[in-house]
Amino acid sequence: MTPVLAVKDLSVTFRTEDGPLSAVDHVSFEVGDGEVLAVVGESGCGKSVTAMSIAGLLPRSATVDGSVELDGTELIGADKRTLRSIRGREVAYIFQEPMTSLNPVFTVGHQISEVLRTHIGLNRQDARTRAIELLKLVGISSAERRIGDYPHQLSGGMRQRVMIAMAVACDPKVLIADEPTTALDVTIQAGILDVLRGLRERLGTSIVLITHDLGVVADLADRVAVMYAGRVVETAEVHDLFANPQHPYTTGLLGASPAAGRHAESQRLNEIPGLVPVLTEQPDACTFADRCPRAVDTCTTSQPQLTPGPHRVACWNPVREPVEV
Amino acid sequence: MAVVEALVPPRSNSRRVVRRVLRNPLAITGLAVLAIAVVLAVFANWLAPHDPTQTQLGNAFAPPGTAGHLLGTDDLGRDVLSRIMFGLRASLHVGILAVAFSLVIGVPLGLIAGYFRAIDALISRLTDLVLAFPFLILAVGLAAIRGASLGNAAIAIGIAQIPGMIRIVRSETLRLKSLDFVSAAIVEGAGDAWILGRHILPNAGSALIVQATVGIPAAILGEAVLSFLGLGIQPPAPSLGTMLSDAQQFASRAPWAAVMPGVAIMLLTLAFNIVGDSLRDALDPKASRR
Repeated sequence: MTPVLAVKDLSVTFRTEDGPLSAVDHVSFEVGDGEVLAVVGESGCGKSVTAMSIAGLLPRSATVDGSVELDGTELIGADKRTLRSIRGREVAYIFQEPMTSLNPVFTVGHQISEVLRTHIGLNRQDARTRAIELLKLVGISSAERRIGDYPHQLSGGMRQRVMIAMAVACDPKVLIADEPTTALDVTIQAGILDVLRGLRERLGTSIVLITHDLGVVADLADRVAVMYAGRVVETAEVHDLFANPQHPYTTGLLGASPAAGRHAESQRLNEIPGLVPVLTEQPDACTFADRCPRAVDTCTTSQPQLTPGPHRVACWNPVREPVEV
Repeated sequence: MAVVEALVPPRSNSRRVVRRVLRNPLAITGLAVLAIAVVLAVFANWLAPHDPTQTQLGNAFAPPGTAGHLLGTDDLGRDVLSRIMFGLRASLHVGILAVAFSLVIGVPLGLIAGYFRAIDALISRLTDLVLAFPFLILAVGLAAIRGASLGNAAIAIGIAQIPGMIRIVRSETLRLKSLDFVSAAIVEGAGDAWILGRHILPNAGSALIVQATVGIPAAILGEAVLSFLGLGIQPPAPSLGTMLSDAQQFASRAPWAAVMPGVAIMLLTLAFNIVGDSLRDALDPKASRR
């Protein structure tokens, strides 16, 4: 399977007043056609920065190294013209906060139509018809009426649906969903996940799903990449990862999750002590060692590399025994 | 479901704003005053009972209510009401011209300063420079170079208003450009000009309208100051400001000649401020009353 999106050795460093800050360190992953890859981790793990570097949304203070290939076209270091033609048509982005992701002074129909008219060259009438179809596709009832609404007249879940409709308007190859359900309540979340699943099935869109919600991962993803402090520490098929987590951080995340955790019956969820470190440079060590219950001497002296194979893990002392489901 | 749909607010944003303004009695009063002022100013040629520059020395200092002179006459026997009508024309002219001038220059500069960080410092320091420069010296200098006239007074006032305009637009741009819909537009492949024109400027519109409605009365008062100093409109043509300054030396003998244009300035300024205020409230989408 040729990957639609191939990220190789992606590193992102921010220039700050306190010196450089390493946000992403040699991250590599691939997303196949119609595949849903979930990138999970705590806040501050570099998930969003990874996503933003794919979409070209990073501020100028960021230095990006490595390679992001979309359908064979290199995006890192590409000239503005190439980037502009790729964005919008090939990559679409869904933001976390539906309240601010639509322009408040135009109707939603206008905003969707505008994307269609500029990128596909539809005329006004066709764009309107297509916009209604798209709104129906994302599950908005009475789309003919809703098309004339302003964003402030819609609920958060509806706005997120409109955002998705806009994102898929040009039939993008890759949809980056950056915590698409975090700002929504649970019942609305399920609806949005249904919409994303439907898109993948009907349009064959590949989705990079950024989330810290393992319930969402289990629901939607094919494959999971667990990030910690800017590095991918474990990547596997979703069932394999849930059944057989090998990195202590992954087991920690699973243990801290009420929906997917294995401690649902116990009184208290298991938290991972400590916080994600803020790194000025990436050390030659495991960045999780400080918080890791399984840390051994090697962990602080040498950086573990991802093991080869379908289930890859970067750990000196991985969890080997399968967890009872 | 039918009930829910009946509660859906009207579709059009502008119609919603108009409805909100019309529901506010204070705003309607302000609008009415403005409408009357505009009608009086525009049709002064036909509406004014007398020629505003026609002197009638035998009838000087006629008090208000004198036959043919509803608001009395001034020291040269000119009809105060007619002069107020023509004065309104000059004042509105200056107010609108000055604000238009500051909009045309201030809005693009504000957008650029807020959007492109590299140029921000340069524009912002220039703004500080203009702000630090005394307005009257600027006006005197402009009058010395280009001659004292109503248009030059408007330009001087407009220049003085540019920094405020730049700062308003810049801060709005800074706020708006960090919002997700601008990021979404970037992902869509939109260029800088498109983002500024389609996403940032329309959203800064309400702040601009408010700034403009505050700027017009400020310019009217500025014109009064400049005309008072002889830097604005040239006699015998009236403006509300020159009427005030001419009448002050006879203020004890003919107070109406000073009070009437003063009241006109006050009403006009108040009306603009009220309308600006209610527009700001009506344009705020977060306002609780729909």
